[in-house]
Amino acid sequence: MNMLLFVACVFALLCFVAGMACAAIRIFRGPTAQDRVLALDCLYINGMLAVLVIGIQIGSMLYFDIALLIALFGFVGSTAMAKFLLRGEVIEP
Amino acid sequence: MMEHDLPAWAAIPASLLLILGGILALTGSIGLLRLRTFYKRIHSPTLGNTFGSLCVLLASIITSSAIVGRPVLHEVMITVFLILTSPVTAMMLMRAAVFRNRGTN
Repeated sequence: MNMLLFVACVFALLCFVAGMACAAIRIFRGPTAQDRVLALDCLYINGMLAVLVIGIQIGSMLYFDIALLIALFGFVGSTAMAKFLLRGEVIEP
Repeated sequence: MMEHDLPAWAAIPASLLLILGGILALTGSIGLLRLRTFYKRIHSPTLGNTFGSLCVLLASIITSSAIVGRPVLHEVMITVFLILTSPVTAMMLMRAAVFRNRGTN
C-alpha cells in the first residue's frame, strides 16, 4: 500500500514540476505583461501543490503552514501586479 | 520510501486523488502554454487552481487523518482561501487586459 502512495506522490510531483516548467516558459515568452502575471499565478499554485505533496510523502504537518503562506503571499503579489497593470499604481492615495 | 505506515483505506483513495490532481494541474499548465490569445489562455489554469488543488487537499486530509488517528481538517483553510481568491485575481487580470487592449480591437 505504501508503495502505491509513493508512486502516486512521485507522479504528482513530476506533473507539478512539468506544469511549473510550462508556466516558466510562458513567463519568458509571454507577449504582454498580463500573460506574465497569469503565468506567475499558475506557477505559485503549482509550487504550493508540490509542497503539499512533499508533505504527504514525508508525513509531516509542517508543510501545511508553508503551503498556506505561499498561497497568501502569492495572492497578494498577483493582485498587486494586476492592480498595477490596471491603474498604474498599487496603493492609491 | 514513505516514512509512515498507512492502512489500505487511506492509501488507495489518496493515491487516486493525487494522480487525478496531478493530471488536472498538468492539463491546465499545458493549456497555458499552447492556447493562442490571452482571452483563451486565462481559462486554462483555473482547472488546476480549483479542481486540482481540491484533489490534492483531499488527499492531504485523508493521509494526515490516517496518521494522527482523528479527523484533521485544517487543510480546508487552504481550499476556502483558494476558492475565495482565485476569481478575484482572474477578474482583476481580465479587467487589466481589457483596459490595456482598449485601442486595438
